[in-house]
Amino acid sequence: MSDAIDAAFADGPAFVPYLAVGDPDYESSLRYVEALAAGGADVIELGLPFSEPIAEGPTIQNAVVRALEAGMTPTRFFEFVEELDVDVPLVCMTYYNLVYQYGDGEGPRPFVERAAEAGISGFVVPDLPAEEAGPLREACDEFGLDLVSIVAPTTGADRLEKLVDVSSGYLYVQARLGVTGASSSVSDRTGETLARLDGVDLPKAVGFGISSGEQAATVVEAGADGVIVGSALVDIVAEGHENGDSAEAVAERLETLARELKRGALDGYGRRTPAPEGTSD
Amino acid sequence: MPAIEELTDAYERYVLNNEDGFVDEFRRRIRDFGGRPTPLQRADRLSERYDTEVYLKREDLLHGGAHKLNNALGQVLLAKYMGKERIIAETGAGQHGTATAMAAAHLGMPCEVYMGERDINRQRPNVFRMKINGSEVTPVTTGRGTLKEAISETMRDWATNVEDTHYVIGSVVGPHPFPRMVRDFQAIIGEEAREQIRERTGALPDSVVACAGGGSNTMGAFHEFVGDESVDLLAVEAGGSSLAVDTDEGVAPNSASLSTGSEGVLHGARTKLLQDLDGQIVESHSVSSGLDYAGVGPELAYLVDEGRVTPVTVDDDAAVEGFHRLSQEEGIIPALETAHAFGYLHEHHDEVGDVTVINVSGRGDKDLDTAIEETAKRDVPNAPDMSMFEGGL
Ligand SMILES: Cc1ncc(COP(=O)(O)O)c(C=O)c1O
Repeated sequence: MSDAIDAAFADGPAFVPYLAVGDPDYESSLRYVEALAAGGADVIELGLPFSEPIAEGPTIQNAVVRALEAGMTPTRFFEFVEELDVDVPLVCMTYYNLVYQYGDGEGPRPFVERAAEAGISGFVVPDLPAEEAGPLREACDEFGLDLVSIVAPTTGADRLEKLVDVSSGYLYVQARLGVTGASSSVSDRTGETLARLDGVDLPKAVGFGISSGEQAATVVEAGADGVIVGSALVDIVAEGHENGDSAEAVAERLETLARELKRGALDGYGRRTPAPEGTSD
Repeated sequence: MPAIEELTDAYERYVLNNEDGFVDEFRRRIRDFGGRPTPLQRADRLSERYDTEVYLKREDLLHGGAHKLNNALGQVLLAKYMGKERIIAETGAGQHGTATAMAAAHLGMPCEVYMGERDINRQRPNVFRMKINGSEVTPVTTGRGTLKEAISETMRDWATNVEDTHYVIGSVVGPHPFPRMVRDFQAIIGEEAREQIRERTGALPDSVVACAGGGSNTMGAFHEFVGDESVDLLAVEAGGSSLAVDTDEGVAPNSASLSTGSEGVLHGARTKLLQDLDGQIVESHSVSSGLDYAGVGPELAYLVDEGRVTPVTVDDDAAVEGFHRLSQEEGIIPALETAHAFGYLHEHHDEVGDVTVINVSGRGDKDLDTAIEETAKRDVPNAPDMSMFEGGL
């Protein structure tokens, strides 16, 4: 398991931004990820684009298409990670077929080995069910990486147990049903889902729909150990790309929103009275 | 994932164990509303032409014009038993969407169908039929706008609305239990065919031939024969314009995933896929939009690996010829998907044995405009003069 991810959740709420790597091109994308780190990211989720991103809403789907059209591949992705100049743990978010095909096309081990060498600390693979996660879990154990699982509001008790069994690092808690995408309100079900996870000894990072500091504060106040923000950041990249803005200008906007989100998470933490049971401070 | 567990549970209770008489009601409705059993017809002219007994399993005569209703009716009924309130589906050729729309109207459920924009343009008659039956048709514009994008989009809807919505998947693809469940609903094709051919000839056929997109009519026609080692099972895939796959460009000019694909994971199943060396799914191609999918059912892929099913391919040209031939010689206008099976029979009639059963998976009314266009594009030796129809019907 990755100590880096443990450490990121150890003191105070973690801010976990997501970007699709290579969106809209390799060079800009490097600066954007570095801007998130500068804005206070504690862990960064790096999306390795897959042609069939079934867990993503339109915002991230379009980002994935831009990145693929600009030539992003698993090989380039690992080069990207090596070239990045950031000092936070990096989680690779992608789909199982890319993990499975890498190297010999015989299983996840070559992918995990290469990821570990590049400096990745863990994975989120939304289309891999717990039942099929054994080989990836094993490879992660071998190379000291985490496997983050996604918990939906509808995940039942039996299923949760299976998920927790194969998970490490943190749990990615879906704030609502559905696919990724920014929304204007955070669902009431977040609190319920968090309450059901009370006994689980892993940090809980809440994502899906968070786009503002105030929303980040709300979910942390509700007991989340971290907030995951993707589409709201990807929107900034998309808009900058459409308007022909400089990578510099876009990076600055990303850093500003990152600061707001991080501050929101801290504010939410401060508002917790009393600290909910089962969360570590 | 919880949706999958709920569905697996319902599949086991209702479909496998006939709880609350589900299977009895399904059988009754597929008979009264659907028109089963469909006939097994001896094709006299083809038999003579090829010097082989050719029997046609007439799924084109099923209500809606294709085998798709077997599955659509089964799943919409299951959704009802599960207490779901809304039906969603994806469709390529529009045939599955139409069958689902009909089943939903028949059982009084609201229905939304996702369809690639490109397929909407290729299959207007079916879009019209879905709307007439009260379904909403939602265009999918991502990617190339064909079946795999429509499946992804429907999965997204399902993930968002699982609590009251059932996703009627259109073939033996997707996560478990879909491939098995869809096969079970389609297995009625082979069940009837096996009985009918024994009644007619007193024996089993030497081969069963069916076209394979996702593979639902294929698995339906084959399932009852899998244990009959003497019967060759031939899955005819769309060879498109070529069997080559351009992995640099990310396109396959065919949709022959059993013949040219490699093992991978897509839409919740491990199966054979058209993909590049990195594992990115490539765009497939076929004249028939119902075969235009980069994956194939996992059980069919397994039976191919086991050597039980033989995958073969027929290119676009031969499929268009097959379309005209069946129309002229037997008075049956087949779907372009089905036409692939007849393209195969034409090219390989000495390999199907003395008695063969060919699954006529659907009728070609939906394809008349495409047939005009595709016939004009190439030199089709057996086509009538269609010049007065150029520009469409
Ligand atoms: C008439 C017909 N045959 C075959 C197919 C291919 O599907 P499958 O391989 O699942 O039977 C379709 C799909 O739309 C179809 O409409």
